Amino acid sequence: MSLSPDEVRHVAGLARLALTDEEVAELAPQLSSILDYAEQVGEVAAEDVPASTHPFPLANVLRPDEPRPSLSREDVLAGAPEVEQDRFAVPRIVAEEG
Amino acid sequence: MAADVTLTGLSASELAQRLRDREVSALEVAEAHLERIAAHDGVEAGGDEWVARDADALGERDVHAYLHVTAAAAREHAADVDRRRAAGEELAPLAGVPVAIKDVLTTRGVPTTCGSRMLEGWVPPYDATVTERLRAGDLVALGKTNMDEFAMGSSTENSAYGPTRNPWDLGRVPGGSSGGSAAAVAGRLAPLSIGTDTGGSIRQPAALTGIVGAKPTYGTVSRYGLVAFASSLDQAGPFARTVEDAARLHALIAGHDPRDSTSVRETAPDVLGPLREGVEGLRIGVVRELAGEGYEPGVERAFADVLERYERLGAEIVEVSLPHADYALAAYYLIAPSEASSNLARFDGVRYGLRVDAATAEEMNAATREAGFGPEVKRRIMIGTHALSSGYYDAYYLQASKVRTLIARDFAAAFEQADVLISPTSPSVSFRLGELVDDPLAMYLNDVATVPGSLAGIPALSLPAGTAPAPDDPDAALPVGLQVMAPLLRDELMYRAAWALEQDLGPLAAPTGPSALEVA
Amino acid sequence: MSATSTAALLEGETGAWELVVGLEVHVELQTATKMWCGCSTDFGGPANTNVCPVCTGQPGALPVANEQAVADAALLGLALGCDIAEVCRFHRKNYFYPDLAKNYQISQYDVPLCHDGRLDLDVTTDEGEQVTRRVGIERLHMEEDTGKSLHVGESGRLHGAEKSLIDYNRCGIPLLEIVSDPDIRDPETAQAYLRELQAIVRTLGVSDARMEEGSIRCDANVSVRRPGEELGTRCEIKNLNSVRSLGRAVRYEARRQIDVLEAGGEIVMETRHWDEGRGVTETLRRKESVTDYRYFPDPDLVEIHSSRAWVEQLRARLPELPAASRARLQQAGLSAEQAATIVAGGLLALHDEAVAAGAEPVAVANWCTGEVTGQLSSAALTPAEAGLTGAHVAELVALIDDGTLSTKLAKDVLAGVIEERGAVPPAEVAEQRGLQQVSDEGELQGIVDEVVAANPETVEAIRGGNDKAIGALVGQVMKATRGQADPKKTNELLRAAIEA
Ligand SMILES: [Mg+2]
Ligand SMILES: [Zn+2]
Repeated sequence: MSLSPDEVRHVAGLARLALTDEEVAELAPQLSSILDYAEQVGEVAAEDVPASTHPFPLANVLRPDEPRPSLSREDVLAGAPEVEQDRFAVPRIVAEEG
Repeated sequence: MAADVTLTGLSASELAQRLRDREVSALEVAEAHLERIAAHDGVEAGGDEWVARDADALGERDVHAYLHVTAAAAREHAADVDRRRAAGEELAPLAGVPVAIKDVLTTRGVPTTCGSRMLEGWVPPYDATVTERLRAGDLVALGKTNMDEFAMGSSTENSAYGPTRNPWDLGRVPGGSSGGSAAAVAGRLAPLSIGTDTGGSIRQPAALTGIVGAKPTYGTVSRYGLVAFASSLDQAGPFARTVEDAARLHALIAGHDPRDSTSVRETAPDVLGPLREGVEGLRIGVVRELAGEGYEPGVERAFADVLERYERLGAEIVEVSLPHADYALAAYYLIAPSEASSNLARFDGVRYGLRVDAATAEEMNAATREAGFGPEVKRRIMIGTHALSSGYYDAYYLQASKVRTLIARDFAAAFEQADVLISPTSPSVSFRLGELVDDPLAMYLNDVATVPGSLAGIPALSLPAGTAPAPDDPDAALPVGLQVMAPLLRDELMYRAAWALEQDLGPLAAPTGPSALEVA
Repeated sequence: MSATSTAALLEGETGAWELVVGLEVHVELQTATKMWCGCSTDFGGPANTNVCPVCTGQPGALPVANEQAVADAALLGLALGCDIAEVCRFHRKNYFYPDLAKNYQISQYDVPLCHDGRLDLDVTTDEGEQVTRRVGIERLHMEEDTGKSLHVGESGRLHGAEKSLIDYNRCGIPLLEIVSDPDIRDPETAQAYLRELQAIVRTLGVSDARMEEGSIRCDANVSVRRPGEELGTRCEIKNLNSVRSLGRAVRYEARRQIDVLEAGGEIVMETRHWDEGRGVTETLRRKESVTDYRYFPDPDLVEIHSSRAWVEQLRARLPELPAASRARLQQAGLSAEQAATIVAGGLLALHDEAVAAGAEPVAVANWCTGEVTGQLSSAALTPAEAGLTGAHVAELVALIDDGTLSTKLAKDVLAGVIEERGAVPPAEVAEQRGLQQVSDEGELQGIVDEVVAANPETVEAIRGGNDKAIGALVGQVMKATRGQADPKKTNELLRAAIEA
């Protein structure tokens, strides 16, 4: 399938990428050709085939409800671009949450 | 004291023996490797931590396998191993042997970049399980190796810090994404290294640099601390110059980890015990679909030679089919980017790594991600986001996941007929730097033989299987890799088959040729 | 009590309308550790102290599911009459938000752990009629909470903030989402549903379910339609911080939608914010720009398989549920209100223990719903925190019965028991603090004689027919005995002395 520049921009919005116009122009044909190739999966009749997400059918991997030592606050905040009041600071949030 | 340069030519097993016999100290071994790194890798040597030069300051003969060399910590650890050995302490089998770690595994206190601007300067607050296991086995970590950004690529040209060069021809790529780890071992800059393989990222660079590289059964090596590209496929594994060395490193890092929900509970297979059992009576399956069109003639010739050798060694060669293998690459390039699009969402300028300032949080996220990710990562995030998005999920992600089931079934059926399966690891020998960077789809085809096994989660390795000319250079002799695949949790079978061939082929030659890195 | 019946319709200018409400409730579990990591679930403490690589989304960190959280979820599902899925899995819900450390929430999507349950509610209609209403439970699924943002700047709210500061202590705390069918037809039933869910959750001990602290949160999907017609367009109401605001918001929103429709307008599918102060709902975000969450199975996690045996083990662990407890109490002679107060107030164990210790159920109930509830709530303590046991309550009732304590004294003794956190039983408190009634006739007679002698005018007035004036004398006796005189005996002795 071919992706139009507007569709590329829509996907970039979902992926939260501020693509430049040049990137959009470059990506549209690249993504289109990759998707054209990937669409081959549709040639396989697989209606009655279960999807698999793992090579192993593992189940019930659970952890006992026992506290483990956490990281120190210093360690957690050490990598943060901006810290204020021992919290991760971000500029004003415009959108509402999920 | 001048370091003994010949030490860098020894295999890990040979080094371990000499260390045990106290013919050489761990510090001397570390020193010899550091010296060679300083001479050939393009790092700013001197001081405690050596950092790779900026891409534009690298020379054409700098391998650039390492992004960061922990010189002081390596010396300190080596000296500690020596001290404990001198005190009569019982040490692990590979104690004192150096190792290099792909920069996608977290190392507490040591920068981990994943080859990305996004994580430039990030110092993880914790160690990956693999990192812990290496330390517990007293392997001396030399540093972190270069890679395609977030493990996305097949040439290591997608690193934000400049490409790694192939020691066999410094004008060519080492493969990827674990190109730094492969080049380090091939170039005698480390006897052992750790890579990660999602669709072939250990096996293909092993093939292109003439070394051994193995992807263990999915779930047998913990992913805790492996910065995720595609969680259902990622698996760390060993690089070495001999099959035995790879098996030893494999044995050290494999094992159940309660911190990884996808870690298999079975004890990891014993890959060392049956290593020397030979292939007599072993049924070796040749996969019909992993040959022919798209495979270079030189690669096919080397593969034919392998078949003859196996036959001579008493193996039974059978032809098997993986009917859905032709769809594996398409399925892989939907599943892996889908997972990646979600896994890489956390890089948003809030908690760690790069931030590009902006007026709102949303703009800051978008600007940070725009600046922090390179073109290939953006491409895959875009593909994956699209493949999961409303209206496309069923046709792309879901259908690909079904194809994945069919491929796993194909393998199960093939393993009824054969004990192990073989194919060329890569359809081509190493290509020139820059040759494929503008053609993503052509680059993806590098993984055509490795991706089916990735989707099925089976163990697979690549070992050197002779050399072949390059399409653009009929006089070149570049490494060709043989891929050996085994059933789930039967990793020992692939090592056994690989070891027998390695014995028959004779000792592996060091890189040679007019453009190769000089090896003492 | 009648069987399930339809609710009253709402009158509009142009005829009758029917209200349709479905509720989405989030319950924070009271496990020791978070859903995917071993960090403590306390989040009142200093910011970013209960955090680790997993719950702050550090690159490379991986989740492992909390066994207790899964069991709690299934237990609540069983209490709500749900079927437990034999196989379920976790999905990722992808959206960017700074308090979501990974920029996806691990949740459940196509196969939740629990589905197809129901909740029966006793509701008093506007006409005062007691009816039972059944609300279907579509699903109950497991997910994780987000961190908390502190919005700094002028307003302290999201809008108008200059920046936001994120604390991940709450990030990753196990959360259950319970989605009802759109079966609710009036605000009272919506409130009863929420209250009953709270009571069940507390009875199971899986959460303290405090709305004011956010450990239980509720969103309401509200629409109106003409009776018998298809469902109308719904609006989702957020920021409902109490059972009361749920009722107010639903009532307001129904009226708003009817007004819009009757004026010829159309309802737009959107999320609306309940403004408690102004008592209105306001547009928060239009649904046409609905986020594409790109749900897909979380490849870091594996399936949960629920064996029949495990489910039956859990079912066997189910305690008596609130509805059954209320019925039992009513059978023992308590009023419906008393039964409801005892069950909802977390006093059932106290009540049952007191009765088991031999006290009469109605007397115990009077104490539990009256003074015990009052004193505990003004001290902001649970019975357990106060050290108060059923034995204490039974003892208090017995001490009143045998005349050792007046009702008034018994209240002081109860306060003393709570003060001592239950370490000192009522009889001892009474003795230590000298709170027993003075019913010793000799002692009381002396005081009465003194009072009578000291108040000749009042005595004359009583003799002259002003019977009410005796109250003043009783008061004096009480004063002299610091309230400990047995009022009945005092009265008898006074009358005898006056008539003498
Ligand atoms: Mg939810
Ligand atoms: Zn945590």
